[in-house]
Amino acid sequence: MSEAIIEARGLHKSFKGTPALNGLDLDVPAGSIFGFLGRNGAGKTTTIKLLMGLLKADRGDAHVFGLRAGDASASIEIRRRIGFATEEKELYPYMTVAQVIRFTRSFFPRWRDDLAERYLRLFELPAQRKIPALSKGMRSKLMLLLAMSHGAELLVLDEPTEGLDPAAVEGVLRELVALSGADGTTIFFSSHQLSEVEQIADHVCIIERGATVVAGSLDDLKLQYQRLRVVFAGDGAAPVHWVDGVQHIHQEGRTVEMLVSRNLDAILQQAHALPGASVERFPVTLKEIFLEQVRSS
Amino acid sequence: MILRLNSSSGVPIYLQLMEQIKHAIETGALKAGDQLPTIRKLAEELVMNPNTVVRAYRELQHEGVIEVRHGSGAYVSELAASGARVTRKAQSIVQSALERLASFGLTEDEVRRLFENELAQHRSVKVMGGKDE
Repeated sequence: MSEAIIEARGLHKSFKGTPALNGLDLDVPAGSIFGFLGRNGAGKTTTIKLLMGLLKADRGDAHVFGLRAGDASASIEIRRRIGFATEEKELYPYMTVAQVIRFTRSFFPRWRDDLAERYLRLFELPAQRKIPALSKGMRSKLMLLLAMSHGAELLVLDEPTEGLDPAAVEGVLRELVALSGADGTTIFFSSHQLSEVEQIADHVCIIERGATVVAGSLDDLKLQYQRLRVVFAGDGAAPVHWVDGVQHIHQEGRTVEMLVSRNLDAILQQAHALPGASVERFPVTLKEIFLEQVRSS
Repeated sequence: MILRLNSSSGVPIYLQLMEQIKHAIETGALKAGDQLPTIRKLAEELVMNPNTVVRAYRELQHEGVIEVRHGSGAYVSELAASGARVTRKAQSIVQSALERLASFGLTEDEVRRLFENELAQHRSVKVMGGKDE
């Protein structure tokens, strides 16, 4: 899991003078399950469209499978090898579920009939129903079925569990995890559901106002971020100039609470050096990291 | 294996998985030579990232807790099982210490605070590289 299957450097994109992407970087390791996070309007959908070659960047470049995204012929090759699902996609209104599957299947030589059948059954999709008669949730699940049966080495999913009930969500997550485990399919998905990302992603990237603010392995982030509670002897402010990486210091009497985002070891040493110090450490959730990063940028 | 992982807890999932497997060995739920589920199977059952399972298994192998037999799977090592015997010995030490402290008339809270303070002291001595000694 070391080669970057998606790589972007300094992506800039504006729409009618309004910047949507402001120097965005991205590194998605092959074989990873990668959570792409950000507030609404942060630039997630623009980034995905750029990667899929549906938009061209104003500046900077992106590569998928080592091919240049935004380059006309490379984009065709890229799209051929990606299983793509997004809410915006139009589905043919005169087709039934089974017909759409048969139609889509014809474009992709590596199509997996066994997976399509499995998902049809697991997602409880009615094969003979016409597309407009499908509920929103069923339409999402159909989009996922089409992307996941593709036989692609990379899935790009824009909010795949949006609008699904908890049981359906768990089913989708289980199938994504199964795909990853079976043949190392890379799964790149954007989501607002931090708990789902925490459950299955091994890498995350948080973007805010068109730029990357946090990126890396989820395990490393959880080891790097900590809440500290320090109780020390003496009155007044803690007699220390904290190293870089301390956020939100809050002192009440002789207790100091803070969120550490990096340089944890150095800060712990400083904390322990305080007179009569006792130091407690608390783990930090992805939600706290997310809120912290979009607040402070 | 009955495992309970909390992906929102802030503790990396691979560490939780390692802890729970070690705990299962300590309590005897897993014995030396028992086979662990395959990476794919465990990932699917728990709906978790297979790479995370790989990391946990790899660390456990590095620590000698499990052995990976080529083509066959991962098994609880003899070393791990004997580690469990150490744990059972430690348990009886704690039991007799608690009995003695109870005979001094200490409350449960007082005993807990004593242990926590000692552990914190022990931890801070380690961080400072033994400077306090």
